[in-house]
Amino acid sequence: MDNISREPPLTLPHYLFIFATVYLLWLLLVGEPSPQELILGGLVSLVVTLVSAPHLLIFGGVKLRIDAPFHLLRYLGYFFVALIRANLDMARRILSPSLPINPRMVEVETGLRSTLGRLMLANSITLTPGTLSVDVKDNHILVHWVDASPGVDLEAATREIAAGFERHLGGFLR
Amino acid sequence: MTLNPLELIVVAMLGVAVLLGLLRLILGPTAPDRIVSVDTISVIITAGLTGIAAWFGSALYLDVALIYGILAFVGVVALARTIEGGRQ
Amino acid sequence: MRLLADLFLLIGAAFALLGALGLLRMPDTYNRIQAGTKAVTLGALSFILGIGLLYPEWWAKLLVIAGFILFTNPVGSSSIARAIHLAGIQPWQRASSDPLALKAPQEDKSA
Repeated sequence: MDNISREPPLTLPHYLFIFATVYLLWLLLVGEPSPQELILGGLVSLVVTLVSAPHLLIFGGVKLRIDAPFHLLRYLGYFFVALIRANLDMARRILSPSLPINPRMVEVETGLRSTLGRLMLANSITLTPGTLSVDVKDNHILVHWVDASPGVDLEAATREIAAGFERHLGGFLR
Repeated sequence: MTLNPLELIVVAMLGVAVLLGLLRLILGPTAPDRIVSVDTISVIITAGLTGIAAWFGSALYLDVALIYGILAFVGVVALARTIEGGRQ
Repeated sequence: MRLLADLFLLIGAAFALLGALGLLRMPDTYNRIQAGTKAVTLGALSFILGIGLLYPEWWAKLLVIAGFILFTNPVGSSSIARAIHLAGIQPWQRASSDPLALKAPQEDKSA
């Protein structure tokens, strides 16, 4: 039963985390930190947190540890490099007259347990070179490859991509 | 602000991109293809709306871009779930 | 500063154009999703970065828009891909004499 995603119950730190997220979003949208906006935002964020937290069980997948922001930054850096490489690769394929593509489906297993972790991994795979997440079934992600050149071990290549993201995602997601 | 020639080229490129997306929307051939093109066009337009905000010098259009993006996303997911349910 | 901003705007528009072109050129829906999502996501981010360089005082709201696009665009694409996968549509195969290409659909069924 270990491979089925289960949401751990929300603890008080998770409530604080949701509150901080909502409050941060409020501040970004308001733009100017005047005292009345800060107070009103705090009240609105509190109400939103209390009302919606029971529906936001997905946030239970966040690991609240001291080094989590550090892992998040590392992940973002890794992710943007992959995103830019993916685009240069895709640009080359689109612009070459022969359209060098050879699609195939591959399944990859993930060690991330929470829904949020699997969601982020699937999103990351979608934006890396030549891959698109099609479906998530329990702990398997179905990946569409745009170019499966003959002779390349796709299973291993996919595992490598997933492992690269998991190493960073595992630092702040379950 | 007034646009310099380079920015006019940028505007024209975004316009051509949306037109190409519309061509795929018309050509189809299947419903998922049309949803993909709507998805693509809506992201281009969300970015384009921030460009309009800069062009007119009004931050109001940023809110328009945000709301447009949210509605487009919800619409695309709803359409995807609809065609998914239609076959089961 | 304005030149740097224009450069990012140009890169953004170029990738948006590439994404739309890929949408037209690719032979099946899966590949259209790939071309559309990837190129247009980076294009939009680069474009928004350019706008942010033109109007640095808008950074907060632009950050929200960029984060929203970055998070939702792959979700939208995957939901379309999932829908056509559940509908039983197989990926397009190049009709060629390549013997390995012929084996691919059988392996796919086991997946």
